Amino acid sequence: MNANQDVGKYGEDRAAEFLARLGYELIERNWRGQGGEIDIVARDRDCLVFAEVKTRTRTGFGHPFEAITTQKLQRMRRLVAQWCQSKELSGSKVRLDAVSVLVVDGRVHIEHLKQVF
Amino acid sequence: MNLAKSFAISLLGLSGTVIEVEADISSNLPGFVLVGLPDASLSEASARVRAAITNSKLQLPARKITVNLSPAAVPKFGSSFDLAIAMSVLAANKPFSNSRLDVCIHIGELGLDGSVRAVNGVLPSVLAAREAGFKLAIVPTANLHEARLVSNIDCIGVGSLQEAVRIHNAPDSVGNSAQIAEPPAGQSVESDKDIADIVGQDLAVESMVVAAAGGHHMLFIGSPGVGKTMMAERFVGLLPDLSLENAIETTAVYSISRNRGSIGANLIVRPPFEAPHHTASAISLIGGGSGLPSPGLVSLANHGVLFLDEAPEFQQPALEVLRQALESGQVVISRAAGVARFPAQFQLLLAANPCPCGNALNPKAHCVCTPAARQRYVNRLSGPLLDRVDIRLQIQSINATQALLEKDKTDRLTTTEARMRVVKARELAAERLAGTGYSLNAHLPSALMRRRFSLSKQSTRLLDVALRRGSISMRGYDRCLRLAQTICDLDELSVVDESHIARAVALRGSENSTRLAA
Repeated sequence: MNANQDVGKYGEDRAAEFLARLGYELIERNWRGQGGEIDIVARDRDCLVFAEVKTRTRTGFGHPFEAITTQKLQRMRRLVAQWCQSKELSGSKVRLDAVSVLVVDGRVHIEHLKQVF
Repeated sequence: MNLAKSFAISLLGLSGTVIEVEADISSNLPGFVLVGLPDASLSEASARVRAAITNSKLQLPARKITVNLSPAAVPKFGSSFDLAIAMSVLAANKPFSNSRLDVCIHIGELGLDGSVRAVNGVLPSVLAAREAGFKLAIVPTANLHEARLVSNIDCIGVGSLQEAVRIHNAPDSVGNSAQIAEPPAGQSVESDKDIADIVGQDLAVESMVVAAAGGHHMLFIGSPGVGKTMMAERFVGLLPDLSLENAIETTAVYSISRNRGSIGANLIVRPPFEAPHHTASAISLIGGGSGLPSPGLVSLANHGVLFLDEAPEFQQPALEVLRQALESGQVVISRAAGVARFPAQFQLLLAANPCPCGNALNPKAHCVCTPAARQRYVNRLSGPLLDRVDIRLQIQSINATQALLEKDKTDRLTTTEARMRVVKARELAAERLAGTGYSLNAHLPSALMRRRFSLSKQSTRLLDVALRRGSISMRGYDRCLRLAQTICDLDELSVVDESHIARAVALRGSENSTRLAA
């Protein structure tokens, strides 16, 4: 694991804790599909939540959210379809969320956007 | 609710529409969307606004920002919306402590560093804001002079986005500080070109005074070197300063003109003088261009003088477009983006050679033009155009003896003296025409003219005879009457008599005086 992957892993752990505190039921982490990975799969009441986590230690290259591009979202959508197929799930509500984890001076700032499209 | 709105002005021609700039910040991935029929330069506003806010050390959330310019159906152009967009976005993120966004209009372009840059069209925009009932206009510092020409609205100049934010965060008294002053008086600068420089052309000088007093269009015909251009350049000096209303209208045209860039202009109080080269296109004269129509030279010469030197050398379409402007005093330009209306109350001055070689009127030189060539040359000034020209003057060159006998320069009529006569005559005309909506004899429609002019019974005999003989047309008859009334005003007499008519007929020239040479 290189430094960036370390940071990413750390951020995903924080994000998972954060979602769990919100009362989300975690289902799966780092699910690998064709052409990418879903960071977190969780259940918020009757809705399946697929979260993309972005972690940064400084904002010189912009806010973490700004790194989530439309291409990335398209890829997410394909992966969500794959995930649902593999679990033979259909008809349940699905949501794409984004979580930003900003670690500055040892302090962790988490922001959560629901239903990004 | 992360929603806020501010106001800006969209200009089409000189008329402005109030545009509501709504900003919404929604919980979504960062982005900046600008909707509501912006043109290319306005679409770029999102990039400028984003950079300007960040570089001003102000907060821009990493969320989706949607800006809507309403009414969406009105086409919007240019960069003057930047400031309003930025203020709206900032207010949506965090409301100002003493926000006056709802009574305030914002005008200005943003630099990437957060500076507020000057834009065109501030004067007509602020006028439109006042009409719409706004109490405050925040404009670029460089345009503050121009904005203050408009009375009954407070104007504050800002040099940066931060200053604009401070105004909306400050208690009332601070925002309104000493920034509000009296509108600056326009300066009347005397040109160094005086009619006393004109040697031995008393008739020409007198006809220029008549033209200035009555607002009559004028044509000089003469050989090269007799001083047509020199006289025309001195003509504008004879006109009185513009009235405040006219000065604001003319300054407003300059303000929106992209070519003149009158950014930070003072009030234009002297009548403008425009002398386009004869290669000028019809569009450059009348106005137009792609996208937002821009005013042409006829509008820049509003309440002033448009001088066409070597008039027959102009392209035919360029000359013909002048006809409608002369007739209606305004120009209406239709483009896909909209219909713009510009004022075009100008006085036309034409100078022409009598023939291509220029020697047809010169007794000392031999004209080498064929009759057909001469005919073609003078025919380029079409009948309908010349018909609107009241004074057609042939200028003869003076000979050595005349030049020697000529009065000393100090004895000749100066521009200042002549202008006093013009002012006096214009006052008399305005008094007589009070209530008609016209103030100059040349502008008065024929029907009104017969009621408003005081003619003695005998006076028109000369014209009646000429009309019977067919040497003047009915329109020419009316034109002569208008000229005669102006001459009478210059003499400060109450009733037009025969001598005035006779002088008018002489100044008018025969219907084919331009054809004399041919």
